[in-house]
Order: sequence, then C-alpha cells, then structure tokens
Amino acid sequence: MQITMTVNGQEYTRDVEPRVLLVHFLRDHLGLTGTHWGCDTSNCGACVVSMDGAPLKSCTVLAAMAHGREVRTVEGLERDGKLDPVQEGFVACHGLQCGFCTPGMMLTARWLLDRNPDPSETEIREAISGQICRCTGYENIVRSVRWAAEHPAAAGSEVPATEEVTA
Amino acid sequence: MTATDERGTPVGYGRMTRKEDPRFIRGRGLYIDDVQLPGMLHGAILHSPYAHARILSIDTAAAEAHPKVRAVITGQTLAGLKLAWMPTLSNDVQAVLATDKVRFHGQEVAFVVAEDRYSARDALELIEVEYEPLPAVVDARRALDSDAPVIRDDLEGRTDNHIFDWETGDRARTDEVFAAADVVVQQDILYPRVHPAPLETCGAVADFDAVTGKLTMWSTTQAPHAHRTLYALVAGLPEHKIRVISPDIGGGFGNKVGIYPGYVCAIVGSIVTGKPVKWTEDRSENLMTTSFARDYHMHGEIAATRDGRMLGIRVKVIADHGAFNGTAQPTKYPAGFFGVFSGSYDLQAAHCDVTGVYTNKAPGGVAYACSFRITEAVYLVERLVDILALQLEMDPAELRMKNLLRPEQFPYASPTGWVYDSGNYPKALRLAMDMAGYEDLRKEQAARRERGELMGIGISFFTEAVGAGPRKHMDILGLGMADGAELWVHPTGKAVLRISVQTQGQGHETTFAQIVAEELGIPPGDIEVVHGDTDQTPFGLGTYGSRSTPVSGAATAVVARKVRDRARIVASAMLEVAPGDLEWEKGRWFVKGDPDQGKTIQEIAFAAHSSLELPDGVEGHLDATCVYNPPNLTYPFGAYIAVVDVDPGTGKVKVRQFVAVDDCGVRINPMIVEGQVHGGLADGVGMALMQVIAFDEVGNCLGGSFMDYLLPTAMECPSWQLGETVTPSPHHPIGAKGVGESATVGSPAAVVNAVVDALRPYGVRHADMPLTPANVWRTMQGRPFRTDLAIT
Repeated sequence: MQITMTVNGQEYTRDVEPRVLLVHFLRDHLGLTGTHWGCDTSNCGACVVSMDGAPLKSCTVLAAMAHGREVRTVEGLERDGKLDPVQEGFVACHGLQCGFCTPGMMLTARWLLDRNPDPSETEIREAISGQICRCTGYENIVRSVRWAAEHPAAAGSEVPATEEVTA
Repeated sequence: MTATDERGTPVGYGRMTRKEDPRFIRGRGLYIDDVQLPGMLHGAILHSPYAHARILSIDTAAAEAHPKVRAVITGQTLAGLKLAWMPTLSNDVQAVLATDKVRFHGQEVAFVVAEDRYSARDALELIEVEYEPLPAVVDARRALDSDAPVIRDDLEGRTDNHIFDWETGDRARTDEVFAAADVVVQQDILYPRVHPAPLETCGAVADFDAVTGKLTMWSTTQAPHAHRTLYALVAGLPEHKIRVISPDIGGGFGNKVGIYPGYVCAIVGSIVTGKPVKWTEDRSENLMTTSFARDYHMHGEIAATRDGRMLGIRVKVIADHGAFNGTAQPTKYPAGFFGVFSGSYDLQAAHCDVTGVYTNKAPGGVAYACSFRITEAVYLVERLVDILALQLEMDPAELRMKNLLRPEQFPYASPTGWVYDSGNYPKALRLAMDMAGYEDLRKEQAARRERGELMGIGISFFTEAVGAGPRKHMDILGLGMADGAELWVHPTGKAVLRISVQTQGQGHETTFAQIVAEELGIPPGDIEVVHGDTDQTPFGLGTYGSRSTPVSGAATAVVARKVRDRARIVASAMLEVAPGDLEWEKGRWFVKGDPDQGKTIQEIAFAAHSSLELPDGVEGHLDATCVYNPPNLTYPFGAYIAVVDVDPGTGKVKVRQFVAVDDCGVRINPMIVEGQVHGGLADGVGMALMQVIAFDEVGNCLGGSFMDYLLPTAMECPSWQLGETVTPSPHHPIGAKGVGESATVGSPAAVVNAVVDALRPYGVRHADMPLTPANVWRTMQGRPFRTDLAIT
C-alpha cells in the first residue's frame, strides 16, 4: 500500500506492506536510524518519536497509521544547525551513556517542556516513566531536562566536543 | 588542580563532557542494527518451545520454498561443516543449532536467511519440528538427585548433571573457628537468575568475501579480539582474515561478552549465500537465550563472639549454570571471584564449597556487572552480617564498624588468598552514615514503628576485586588477560590512541583521551581514541569485570609515558642539552634551572618527524606501544545506605533515599564515574525489588519479555546521593581502580537489608530477591515462596 507522511518537515511517499511498523519504516525505509528498537512489547521506549506533537512508541503503530501525520525524530530535533536545548542539556549533564535510549528520552523531554516549561523533578520522572534507561539510573536524565528548562533559548549552534561542566 | 585550556576543558583529569555525545544526541550513533551493507540479507532463528526434548525430525521444505528465503540452516547443515557445536568460555561445548536434543526453552534450532527481516520471520513459521518432550531439570537443588534426567548425554560417559566442585579457604581451620565460637548464625540465601538486558539486544552482520577469504564480522561484542581468536578456532578461518568490528554498543553489562549461536549462524549464512547477513535478536531471544547472571543457591554461616567480633565465614553453594557451561571467567576460577566472600572484614578463617550443575535453562553464567560473581559474594556476606546483628541485637552499622579491615592492615591478605591493595573502610562507612543522617534515621524509624509504619534502613559495605588480571593467574580459554595500547603523536601534535577495550557507554573515548592528556599535556580534544575494530587496534581481552581502567587505562598511561621519554630525547636534541638536564612539566620539556628554554610536546612532535638529527639508536617519530600485564587486581570499595518504606497493606517497597560512598582510587573524570555509579544503583534496586528470570515446573522461561521481566524506571529510583573517598591503588600507574560495577555489586544488599529491617516487627530475618509486593506480603504472613520457580 502507498502511504505519505511528513517526517522532520519533509514529505515522504512510499509503498509498504500493511504490516510494517512505524519504527521499521523510519529505520529501514527512510534510513533514519536514530530511532531505536529495544523490545517487542512497547515497554522500553527506545523507539519513541513525536507524532503530531505527542510522544509515541513507534513500535506500537503501523507505518500506515502515520499516513497523513507529522512525525518528528531525533534527527529533527536540531533545527537550522542549532541544537535543541534538550540535546545540549543531555550533553551538559551527562544524561546519556550508551546513547540507545537517548533519542526517545529527548523527544519526550521536548514534549514535556513544550507543555510545561518549568517541570518539577517528579513531573520529569513521570514523563519518562514509560521509557527505560539501563545506564544512567535516570538521575542525570532528570538533570538534563531541568537544564533544558533553565536554558530554554540555549544559543549553542554546536555542542563542542569538550566543555567543562559542573553537573 | 588540573590545568585547563582556553575553553575550560581540563588537560588531564577532571569533569569534562564526553567526546562521544555529539553523535549520540543527533541520532548519529552506529549500532549493530544500523549497519546496512549492499545486498545484505536478514537472518532469524527458530527456537525450541520445550526445555528438554528429543528432536525427531525437522522439515524445512516449506520454508525453503518461500520466495524470499535464500537459505535454511539446521543443526544437520552445521554438522556437515563441523560447526554444530562450539566451545564455550568455560571449556564446555554448546550447540549452535540443536541436533539431537533441545536442552532449554528457547534453544536455537534452525536459522533462516531471507531478503528482509519480516520474510525471515515468516519462514520460521513454515518449519516443522517434531519433538519428543523429556522430563526437565528445573530446580538446581534437585539437579544431582539420582533420578534426575541427564541433560548432557552428548558428553561421553556423562551419567549425571554435575559440572564441577570447587573450594577455597582452609576448611579445617574454619571448622575449628566455628566450633569454638560463641555465636553462629546461618541462612539459606538465593541470588536468583537475572538478565543484564541492555537496551540494545545482541546482533551481528557477517560479511564473508569468498574472493579474499576475509570475514568482516560486525557484532555487539565487549571483547572484539577474543571473539576474533575464537572465530578462528571455531570456524577454522585464519585469524588474519577475520576482522571483528564492534560499533557503538547500546549497553553491555556482560551480556555481550560471549559468542552466541546467532553470530555463528550469521557467519555460516554469509558463507552459504555469498552475501552479508544481519541477525539481530528480538527482546525475548535476548532474555531467554543469552547470558543470564547469578542463579547461586547459597548457604552461609558466620561465627562470632558474643560481643560482636566476627571470626569466620563458611559457605556452600549450588551454582546453576544452565544447559551448557558458558560461564565467562578466568580459567582457574570456575566460580569466578566468588572467593572474596570474606568481604571487607577482618576474619580468622573462611571456607566455601561451590558445586556447579547443569539444568534445563539457558546457558551463560557470569554476566551483568558482577565482577565475576563478586556480586553474589558481597550479597551473601552483607546479608549474613545483618542476620548476625539481629541475633546479637547490635546495630548493623556498629557491627560492621567493629569488624571492618583497618587502614593499617593494607595490603591485606584475605583468608582465601586475595591481596587487597588499599583501603580506608571505616572512613567510607562513617561518611555514608553522616550523609544519610544515620542516627536521626534510626530515631525516625523508632517513632514510625510506634505508629505501625514500616520503615527500614539497610547498610552494605563491599570490596570489589577488578581488573583481571595478572597473566600468570588469569586467562580466558588460554588467552592471558593483558591488554595492549598504541599511541601515535602526529607531526602537528595531534594524537591517536589505539586500545583493546571497547566502550558500551562507559565513555572510553573521553576518559582514555584524558589519561593521555594528563601524561603528555595534549588537550583531550586533540586525541582520537580508536577502539572496537580488531584491524585497527592491538590485542586485548576487552571490557567487562570493570577491567578497562585497571588494565587498559594503565596501558594507556604507560604508553604515554614511553612517548614522553622519547620526547625528552628529541627535546634534548632540539635544545642541545643532555636528556638528564631536562625537566618535565605538563605539556613541555624544559632545561633545568632555565624554564624559558623549553619545547612543547607539539613542537617536539614536529621535530621528531623532521630532519633533526637524533642520537644514535634513537628512532624518529613519536609513538609507542605497550602491553600491560597487571601485577594485581584493584580493590575498589564502598559503603551504601538505603532507606525504604514498606506499605503494610500491599507489601510494596519504596526506596526513598540511597546514599552511596564509593572509593575507586583516583578519578579520571568524576562526572563519568558518578554516572557509572548511578546506573549500578538502579540495577541494584531492580534486582532487589523486581528482576527475576523464573521458570515453571516444566522449564518454561517466565521472564521472556519486559512485560514479565521488570526493570526499574525513573519512578522506582530515588535521587541518588553520592559521596567519595579517594584511596589510590598503590600498584596502578595512575592510582585508579575500576568502578563500572561497584554499584551493581554493592547496592542489592543495601536494599534487601533495608526491607528486612523494615519487616522486623513481623519477625522476618531474611527474604529472597526480588522483593516484589507479593513476595514481601507473603513473607510478612510467614509464608515466603521460592522466587526462582513458578508461584504455586
């Protein structure tokens, strides 16, 4: 079947099998491998993308269900060469180790901050509670989101490879 | 204080953001499933629905007829290639694809190669396997019963399920100490089977080029060089024609140490089809078939005087190794480093017996951030200490303080033959108690108990033994556990460091650059760290058991010092003075007494590649290699305190506070060290409260998805409070110790001790992990259950 969706501002039309999951469509058909796959049961959240502005586990929906929708993935967080404050926060606060859960975490964080620019620690924890991180014990993810809340218009056109941080 | 560059980045040790991060935050990492090669095919594995069954027939005709299927491989196919069985890391063999019998639920039976991943899975449905179910051995404690079915009848002459007996310590002396003691406490303690469950599952892309005879093996491996050697031994391919590439790894925790059947199948698939073949596990395959951890059924005893002086410890263990003994540990240590079970205490004697048995469960063994079974050892001794405290009616902190090794006892030779390198244990425990407000917590607890509320405070003190290891004692399948490093400084003063260990999130690209920066004064941003590719890096045993910093970090410091020594000779030629007249300050050699006369490492690097005349016998360029053979393990330690509240109505446990004081010697990048500790603490909470791979009575795995195998989320984790003390390792070149697994090792006991402490009004003295609401509630009713078996 033929489907059309907008991903990171660009429209794509593709022929797919009806059963193809959105996560596989993004990864295998569009080559957007920043969205990861981590479980079969929609528990881990490594595949979270944004669909029409809300976080969504992309292994939970068929690509066909995203027909006509707007999808945003980690590759679309950076805009006009400027990183999203969430991306900068994750670097500044060591919010990632292996990096596998990071794209999904950042997309949820972006959604949270869009709705609630000054979230409490508890609100951040609740927002990411459907996603699993095996490396960070969540502490620095929470701090990263707080950092982004405190630097809503972070200027950085790039995250330098090295920067001293007092976390 | 560490010097910083113009951007504030430390040129050496200190907090700096990671060099890895810019690619990860943009979704530009390259994980195994992101690897896409021209013409690549996709593999999928058919798994056994039975824990123990004879294979009567396999019919692959319908699968082979599927239009998108390129190959179907069975055990019989592999037998023809002499690849049906592969060696394990414990000198056993494991079926790549089953030929005669299946021996655990989920065992690999057939491999399909198809044009896309969906078709490969479709074709699995078309394979018909006829099984004759057999009785299964599910309970490790019954594995040696005379009527137990024999699992490994593939091994010649095998008539039971016994793998090994191993003992350590002085049995007679320990028995004497126990016989003379005022008080002996004992307890059956289970460390149930768990799984590391990295968020990225295991996978591989095998690409065999029939023309050149070269195999390029992309795979999720924590030990690329060891895998290369093993593939050479398993497949008979020449080792120089094998290149193992370990790209970005989405977490390892021990799960990605071993070689799994899927890897071998991908190689065979590529050889058979002439195309690259990708195989990636789904989550159930990951949880049900790849390296589990723990599964130690322990009985421990502690002997003490009436006033709380601990004298000896005695332990018996039944170790469940699953259907094939695939445990990863140094050859001479079949129970890993469980031998450190005397813990952090000054004991007169210690002894343990470990018996390893086969069961109809997945193979694997040591995995999951456990430092070769130190997790089990620490959990055992720390539970026993709390039980002793209960018996003696002593405060568990006071009992520990009274028995901890004292600073002046280091280096300390333990009763089981380990030499702890350095430590100041009482200081770490006192710091943790101060940070937690221990005395106030006890007062609060007393007040709450008056009101019928269940609050618990749990302490754990651990000593780790990491950085395997000295070659004369430690090897894996005959490969000594030394690691190489190679450092090139280019003419413009930028450097490339090549190392044998492999990051799975630990940040090696950053910390190893910082080690070179500290030694040479080259900014970390100017140092590229190359790893995870056997064609580009020197041989070494890889990253697990917290060994990267103790072994490879040492190799890096040594290789940088060799470069510094060479730089001195070059500088002496540049400045026309004798090398002995030069003095080093970070980043430059200068003339003693005349600091203005000097050359920076960058100037020296260019000169080393120039026409500058060097003394006879001194080679040009600025590079060095090193193989580091550690003289001893390093012994990080820590004191952890957990505070929990238990809901008396539901048995639900809430960890409200967690204090962790870690001492890992010199910290290269404290930010990364803290991140490692955070992750390990979450692991500890998960294992203590949620995680278990249990089995039903016929051997069905009950933890085969994240619906059933529960991992902690942000809601189960408190905000961790970290503290540190620094006791450098005396034998490590930079005084560092490993830290990656400390928190996983130390934290479960703190949580369990806290829960048992909370349940004291119910007369509870022990409960096995995981302390789920059901388990806690049943324990409160005096009816605990076996957490490793189906609830009946």
